[in-house]
Amino acid sequence: MNGEIVLEAENLTRHYQVERGTFKKPAILKALDGASFKLVKGKTLAVVGESGCGKSTLARLVTMIEQPTSGELKIDGTNIITADQGTLNKLHKKVQIVFQDPYGSLNPRQKIGHALGEPLLVNTSMTRQERREAALKMISLVGLRPEYYDRYPHMFSGGQRQRIAVARALMLNPEIIVLDEPVSALDVSIQAQVLNLIATLQEQFNLAYMFISHDLSVVKHIADEVMVMYLGKPVESGSRDTLFEKPHHPYTRALLSATPVADPFRTKERIVLSGELPSPIAPPPGCAFHPRCPYMTEICKGASPELREIDGCMVACYHPKTY
Amino acid sequence: MPLLEIENLSVTFQTAGGQFTAVDQVSLNIEPGEVVSIVGESGSGKSVSMLALMGLLPWTATITADELRFDGTDMQTIAKPELRKIIGSKMAMIFQEPMTSLNPCFTIGFQLTEALKIHLGMNRAERKKRAIDLLDLVGIPEPNKRLSAFPHQLSGGMNQRVMIAMAISCDPQLLIADEPTTALDVTIQAQILDLLLNLQKEKGMSLVLITHDMGVVAETAERVAVQYAGQQVEKQLVRGLFSEPHHPYTQALLNSLPERSNSRILPSIAGVVPGQFDKPVGCLFSPRCQYATDLCRSTPPRAASLEFGRALCHYPLADGIPTNYPEEVKA
Repeated sequence: MNGEIVLEAENLTRHYQVERGTFKKPAILKALDGASFKLVKGKTLAVVGESGCGKSTLARLVTMIEQPTSGELKIDGTNIITADQGTLNKLHKKVQIVFQDPYGSLNPRQKIGHALGEPLLVNTSMTRQERREAALKMISLVGLRPEYYDRYPHMFSGGQRQRIAVARALMLNPEIIVLDEPVSALDVSIQAQVLNLIATLQEQFNLAYMFISHDLSVVKHIADEVMVMYLGKPVESGSRDTLFEKPHHPYTRALLSATPVADPFRTKERIVLSGELPSPIAPPPGCAFHPRCPYMTEICKGASPELREIDGCMVACYHPKTY
Repeated sequence: MPLLEIENLSVTFQTAGGQFTAVDQVSLNIEPGEVVSIVGESGSGKSVSMLALMGLLPWTATITADELRFDGTDMQTIAKPELRKIIGSKMAMIFQEPMTSLNPCFTIGFQLTEALKIHLGMNRAERKKRAIDLLDLVGIPEPNKRLSAFPHQLSGGMNQRVMIAMAISCDPQLLIADEPTTALDVTIQAQILDLLLNLQKEKGMSLVLITHDMGVVAETAERVAVQYAGQQVEKQLVRGLFSEPHHPYTQALLNSLPERSNSRILPSIAGVVPGQFDKPVGCLFSPRCQYATDLCRSTPPRAASLEFGRALCHYPLADGIPTNYPEEVKA
């Protein structure tokens, strides 16, 4: 990706300790195990994977809600692990997040205007009048009417609430927005409206997006770069066009084949994976995908495959499909 | 003779704000061994119409229909004890959330054998054998051990398999699957859909698949009924629906899918589905329809002819262009 890099992650790792009772040693849950990626101004990185693959942990690390266990995270050239509190506070403003469930992410007892003004109250020294004006401006920007300022979240539909959540994320003029499944709770006709809003805002403010999703048709539409994750590890990443046209990793191919396509005339490669996601507390040795992989051989059970470059994609597999 | 005949089914709910029509004049015939999909957004009445058929709605609901027949039995006049013999045995349903539709206090085995005991009158040994066979059939490994497991010990996908096993335990003629894969991951969704279709073929059941996902419709169903705000707006064979939609709503819905668009800005449908208090006078889709005229805004349309997919529209589309339209339209 060309352009100004606003966020750089190198081998980002987050482990959790899980208590297993009084007489057992706590287990280590590797929620995220070595992810490296870059976010570029005006571009979208999509993170794809099933539940439990570490997508949301990644979102929590990027938004600095949690500290990584190891690895490096640089935002605007500043390493957040070594940075002091003052610098961190400044960085917090640059990264904002939109959550999946618009019904849960807005305080039901807070008026929309106050929800939008709150980030300014905490982070800036604006007066009440200035905050109100800024909130009103943002409300019209995301396609809502100014009279909504004094309304409560329950008076809005899911699509409108998601617009409000996007508006709130934009209040502090961030550079990076993490979108954690922003449209998966919405109906199809509303989903298109919100996706359009997200795309227009990106152009207008030159935002870097990290778009977390499990829906590949949405990802194909919105992303510039795609990273596919499985059990805490990226298994394949590359530009959208290469990844969707020439998927190398068997998991990426299985995901693509499992995603239903709204075209009854299309015939496609049919790979139905057997089994389910293994427990992240005791991941299988070697390649974590090998128990479900149709191309598994002895070597896959040994050492975990490293990411290597194939046709411009980074792929972690011993038997990638070549084109 | 169709297995299921629904003619002009309407369901109204008594709410604090007055009468609310959740299902409005819906008709559907299902032949034995057929896969039919009902597709629509939330609030389109797709689940309610099937719950009405099963007699599972609360007392606040008023169900009216010209015809509501399952396998020759009139479901409107049937006595409650007779109805209970049909539900769960000849006609079964799978619900959306496998985690919440199973009872957390009882084992899988207990819940699975309950229907066998009541409907088929099997003894304990027969029930256990049948339960193991069923779990094996839906692809659950080590079925013998799983019988004594509780729902929380299984994953979402496994619980959905248990739900399917329960639904097919009495060899139903009609299986209604209400968003069976919405709560599941894509790879698990593919497994469950495959399983449902294989079982449907093997047992020759009719399958009604309620969904909001056009992709799932395209890959599984033979016939589709599209619902919008409680009304059935279009009925077609699946290929026809995707290549030549006759109702403007279907057309707009298909156009707004990210996978069918090439531009960065999607052609979205403005506005939202009308609710209880803002139902338009004329066609329910008219406030959001790009072709709406004064006639659409004032008079509710009647269903068009069969070659127009019974589209509920004044100007049903042919080749993507409204017919009998007062003005010239560009395609």
